[in-house]
Amino acid sequence: MKNAITRIFRAESGQLLSSLMYLCRDLDLAEDALQDACEQASMQWSKQTLPDNPGAWLHTVAKRKLIDKLRQSQTQANLRSLHSLGTLSEINTESVPQEFSEQDFDVPDERLRLIFTCCHPALNQQAQVALTLRTLCGLSVKEIARAYLTSEIAMSQRITRAKKKIKDAGISYSVPRKEQLPARLSSVLKVIYLIYNESYSAFESQTLTRNDLAEEAIRLSQLMLSLLPNAEVLGLAALLLLHHARSPARQSSDAGYIPLEMQDRKLWNSAALNQGRALLDKALRLNQPGPYQIQAAISALHAQAIDWQSTDWKQIHLLYKSLYKINPSPVVELNCAVSLAYSGYLVESYKFLYSLEQELQNYQPYYAARAELEIQLMDLQAAIGSLNTAIKLSRNNSERDFLVKKRNHLLSQCPD
Amino acid sequence: MQFLALIYGTEGQDDVDMQTLIEQYTVFEAEANSAGILGGGNALEPISTATSVRVRQGQAEITDGPFAETKEQLGGYYLFECKDLDEALMWAAKIPSARYGTVEVRPIMIFED
Repeated sequence: MKNAITRIFRAESGQLLSSLMYLCRDLDLAEDALQDACEQASMQWSKQTLPDNPGAWLHTVAKRKLIDKLRQSQTQANLRSLHSLGTLSEINTESVPQEFSEQDFDVPDERLRLIFTCCHPALNQQAQVALTLRTLCGLSVKEIARAYLTSEIAMSQRITRAKKKIKDAGISYSVPRKEQLPARLSSVLKVIYLIYNESYSAFESQTLTRNDLAEEAIRLSQLMLSLLPNAEVLGLAALLLLHHARSPARQSSDAGYIPLEMQDRKLWNSAALNQGRALLDKALRLNQPGPYQIQAAISALHAQAIDWQSTDWKQIHLLYKSLYKINPSPVVELNCAVSLAYSGYLVESYKFLYSLEQELQNYQPYYAARAELEIQLMDLQAAIGSLNTAIKLSRNNSERDFLVKKRNHLLSQCPD
Repeated sequence: MQFLALIYGTEGQDDVDMQTLIEQYTVFEAEANSAGILGGGNALEPISTATSVRVRQGQAEITDGPFAETKEQLGGYYLFECKDLDEALMWAAKIPSARYGTVEVRPIMIFED
């Protein structure tokens, strides 16, 4: 029962919170009201069976709690909200209606306002991520703290500070104007992308599994898709699906990490791949290229190859080059170099890779990729050195185990 | 809402000559004025003219120089009257020095009674 309730909270949180925001424009109050409603639900539902429409139940109770809170706090703004509430709708605070449909409280524009506010670039990126997980995904502060390997107190402070800044700095609760939309949208997409990425990088010691974060990110991308289906939103949704489709093959039964080149491609989720490809096709037809579409296209090329060797590396290399033009980061350069090697240009690739060392000296995948190339170039001593560095930099156990195994294998091949 | 746009830059490191920069500021102010969002603003004399005062145990201590030595210095400010932060940021981005310096945008505090 507890799990069922948690699932409902998470699924409904974004909608509920944004509809409460529609009434009071105060994130703290809205959140408190929802929190109270959730606590009441936990108590009541564990005794009885679930109501027919739990979302509507929560919404009605939360709205009632919100009105109580508005009445209690006598600030001018709240009194104004309370006044307009009365004219907005007749709210029966005494009973919970038995029948309630989704449309009654789903205000799509409100959710868009909420996500644009949470991902406002005037907030630091960590705060954007935390606020989004808290408000739109309904994760508890404790769960977010665990996922990001920080203490509950620190995470709670981060969220409180962010909410205070929204209030005090004049961050409006609105969908950005047309001329600001591209930049603001990219900030939203970045947050979703970061949530997804985190699901791969930090998966030690946490009860919230990495899969949860990945699924929340996919859910957010689908939400954006339903609210604002432009080319890059499609591109991001496609990228996440295409990438997540590989997850069943990424981990072996003994929980070891399996890199793309060694994955059993039959395990890939073909439904997710097809869905991802369809979204990518739709995006490309809009003819507005962007970084997420390019990355999705790269993922799609991996998805269509029957194995690592027959992958269209030349095409992938070209795609990374165009990604670099939009997003000139050393990590993109690394991928450029790696795809060059698999296109058959080993020596050129190695020179390219070598020149990137300074910028990527703290980046584990750089040394893992370099080791692979050194193996191909038969420089096993150098490969062992690179693997040792990669092991030191690795952030998670199963990846580290994989690198150690690879290094030990090389050590056994070296005569001394 | 009122916002103060604090314009920071490295003195003597403008990307165009002073005459051109002044012309660009004139254009900016005309645009901001006609949009009705400009509540005021000024350029400041260079940091070498700065004097700091602090009163300790009732005594005013006066020192030569700015409050903090930084790479970029406060060179001027505008007061904007805008609907929200987004609008203020949009105008801040139009300040000519924003393209090589930094504009810090802060809301003016309101004391509710």
